[in-house]
Amino acid sequence: MKNITCECGHVNPEGTHLCEKCGRPLTEEEKHAKVVDMKYEGRAIRSKTYNKTIIDKIWNFFSSVKVGVSIIVITLVAAAIGTFLPQVMYVNVMQGEDAKQAYIDNYGTFGKIYYNLGLSDIYSSWWFQTLIGMLAISIIAASIDRGVPLYKSLKNQRVKRHESFMKRQRIFGEKEIAADKAEESLNLAEKKMKELKYKVRREDGVLLAEKNRFARSGPYINHVGLIIFLFGVMLRLMPGFYIDESLWIREGETASIPGMDGYYLHNNKFTFETYKKEEQKQEFNQSKAAVNSIAKNYQSDVVLYQSKDEGIAGETQDMKKVAHHAIQVNKPLKYDGYALYQMDFKLNELKAMNFNLVNKKTGKSLGEVDIDLTEPKKEYDLGSGSKVEVKGYYPTFSGFDDGEPQSDSPLPNNPAFIFKMYTPETPKGETSFVAIKQTLEPLGTTKYQMKFQNIETRNVSGLTIRKDRTLPILAIGGIIFMLGVVIGSYWSHRRLWLQRTNDGRLLLAAHTNKNWFSMKKDLDAVTTYAHLPLWVDQQEEDEKEMEEKEGDNTL
Amino acid sequence: MSLIDLSSTLLFIAFIAYLVGTLFFGGAVKGGKKDASVSNKKWGTIAITVTIIGFIANLGYFITRWIYSGHAPVSNMFEFTTAFGMFVVGAFILIYFIYKLPSLGLFALPIAILIIAYASMFPKEVTPLIPALKSYWLTIHVITAAMGESILAISAVAGLIYLMKSVDTQKRTKSSIWLEIVMYAGVLVLGFVIVTTTFKLMDYNADFTYVDKNGATQEITYNTPALFGMHEYEMKSPDKMKPLAAMPALVNAKKLTTVVWSILFGSILYIIIRLILRKSISRAIQPLTKRVNMQLLDEVGYRSVLIGFPVFSLGALVFAMIWAQEAWSRFWGWDPKEVWALITWLFYAAFLHLRLSKGWQGQKSAWLAVIGFVIIMFNLVAVNLIIAGLHSYAG
Repeated sequence: MKNITCECGHVNPEGTHLCEKCGRPLTEEEKHAKVVDMKYEGRAIRSKTYNKTIIDKIWNFFSSVKVGVSIIVITLVAAAIGTFLPQVMYVNVMQGEDAKQAYIDNYGTFGKIYYNLGLSDIYSSWWFQTLIGMLAISIIAASIDRGVPLYKSLKNQRVKRHESFMKRQRIFGEKEIAADKAEESLNLAEKKMKELKYKVRREDGVLLAEKNRFARSGPYINHVGLIIFLFGVMLRLMPGFYIDESLWIREGETASIPGMDGYYLHNNKFTFETYKKEEQKQEFNQSKAAVNSIAKNYQSDVVLYQSKDEGIAGETQDMKKVAHHAIQVNKPLKYDGYALYQMDFKLNELKAMNFNLVNKKTGKSLGEVDIDLTEPKKEYDLGSGSKVEVKGYYPTFSGFDDGEPQSDSPLPNNPAFIFKMYTPETPKGETSFVAIKQTLEPLGTTKYQMKFQNIETRNVSGLTIRKDRTLPILAIGGIIFMLGVVIGSYWSHRRLWLQRTNDGRLLLAAHTNKNWFSMKKDLDAVTTYAHLPLWVDQQEEDEKEMEEKEGDNTL
Repeated sequence: MSLIDLSSTLLFIAFIAYLVGTLFFGGAVKGGKKDASVSNKKWGTIAITVTIIGFIANLGYFITRWIYSGHAPVSNMFEFTTAFGMFVVGAFILIYFIYKLPSLGLFALPIAILIIAYASMFPKEVTPLIPALKSYWLTIHVITAAMGESILAISAVAGLIYLMKSVDTQKRTKSSIWLEIVMYAGVLVLGFVIVTTTFKLMDYNADFTYVDKNGATQEITYNTPALFGMHEYEMKSPDKMKPLAAMPALVNAKKLTTVVWSILFGSILYIIIRLILRKSISRAIQPLTKRVNMQLLDEVGYRSVLIGFPVFSLGALVFAMIWAQEAWSRFWGWDPKEVWALITWLFYAAFLHLRLSKGWQGQKSAWLAVIGFVIIMFNLVAVNLIIAGLHSYAG
């Protein structure tokens, strides 16, 4: 390691720009600069110093702000591309159709290309996740690379800085002054700066007033918050940390809750409401929009049970009632770290069908049959020698295949039955196929028929069950992030150096990490009060000179 | 007068006050002579007073509408965009009291005026809330996000003024051309407002039926003469203009028609302005920025990002995530609006890093601030109106 020995005798590590002790510029670049680069106080930054081994190179890659910003920009562009078409989770894919076909149907050739490039599921793609991972590494590396030297140098800063350091600050001023006057100025400055809430340190003939040093930690704090947040997000991939299940539950039904062992849910009622005409403001009624079309409420009234022992699903009386709740959108049922959300619904699902066994000719009834469509019985005894056997049940009848009735789904959307009817008159039984608005008699004309009477319906609630144990971690990350951003944004680190030189001059230099305008207001207040030298903003001077040279200044 | 009428009147008063305020700010930056500063100060005082009166009226609109509708008036395009315009003025007033820069008002107020005018083109009816919006998070999330965006918008205003002053508009450079494109975009928005208002005043309605992409027949009413017809459209209002071409089911021909009308009209307006001015708009406006201190403007631009970024992070990401967890069972779902909030956030994060570590100050920083505003407006306009998603009820 090549150390750099400053004129003041301090030995600085390789890569230092400004002497850690006195602030003298050490590099040729800084020596010739009118205003020194005050980033990280001129400390040696690892990534800017070593570039030999492979580890150096990897470290330098990830700690580079250029690389970090590039990753941010690539992520940003990729994220934007992902919004050109709805992502695959928001696309309605018909049953028996694949997602690709859905993209082609909905969005044509563009949809096909989009799907084939993998853009339809961009955010779960390996490369997008890799980008986020790289961003995380970059945040960590860059923060350590710069945060550590910055912290060290601010912690160890001396009151006295070399004149060459002060002269190269953006704000600098000097004037000749008698020794006693100088001392008086320093005293006044100390008083004023303390009034302005600066911390003042003095040594013989030198003064350092400093304020809000903690503001410099803001970026590092918010980066820590971001890393905690990203860690939390990663943790959800671990089993047990994250549960995402869904449950369709009919009114009156009790079901075990997927993902929630030992818990059962009973659905009392599902309600769907729209706004009534009188609930809407007059202005709205006058507009063309359909009055009853605005949804007001989706609500499932449920009871949550916990089974007393690890038994199987039994009757609700064997279970402990632990909560009842009206689950609405924005009002999930929360229990034991789980949350149940109102996500979907189905109105008027068929519950039961009621038939009447009648003699076709006379119309005489032999009794009624009530068929529960979720669990039809095998046989219904009507007494007096009559009974009906359910030979076949097709919840969603979709037609015949090879003479056999087919069902598309186990849900009773379009129920159909094959009945065998026994009566005293027809003891051998007659077979009839009954669907909605359709009766077939495949084995010959029958004397009796199952006459459709009425249906009973009920609503179905679609609930989502979530448990996310990473939420506290995400919350902590979020809070730390916000804290860091606020600290870094709403305060600025300001410093004022004053120094009486041996040849009878008073030097003034000031620095702030941002908001120079406010710093200058502080300076204006102190310079007149303490008879300090008039200062100039050397950067502004430069620009003015340039403007004048260009002849742009017509004032 | 009912509460809702009062609310509309207050908004109108605010609108007029902003117009008047702009003129006074114009007076505050004018004057080539060295002794202009005294009169400038007087004009500046009047201008900010008028602006504050306008802002109070604007707040009055917001509060009365809130009371009338029973929920924070940020639940649809009109309400949100108007609130955004109001917050832009609020953010300007805040920054004005830190930096006392009248030229900021000269540009911030017209932008707020355009935003509010744009908002007024959407249906103004008070509508009841759908279940997804029934939450106090609507108030918290939307208002904080809008505030953050409006403070960030002030950095774009500062950036724009910086560019006005520093870009040589007499030469044809990339910068001068892009600056003029920004001006042209502003004129296009004006074109949209004028076209929509004109046909609204004429009470233009043309009814059509069409077949949507699922094969269902739908009805639609055009409020501008139809340039493009919806998929397999049929005209129901025979005396109205016949569409020039039919569009496939994927394209919303009504919106396309409005966009094309706006571009047509805006372009004509732009040409007329150019003919009157006999120079580019940016060149014509440039003298107004002569007296500004570039260093200070650069700092204003940076400072507004610094003030706005935490507010935006809190409102558009943190609060958004909390609400999403409550309403949709997940804090993040890659919905387009969410993604564009993330994009905005990433963009300003990049802005801050470039500025801090790469020393991107001055023009570069100013351009970034303007691009940031474009992203915010894209999120407001395009994402709501074009890209369908969970947030699209706002359209």
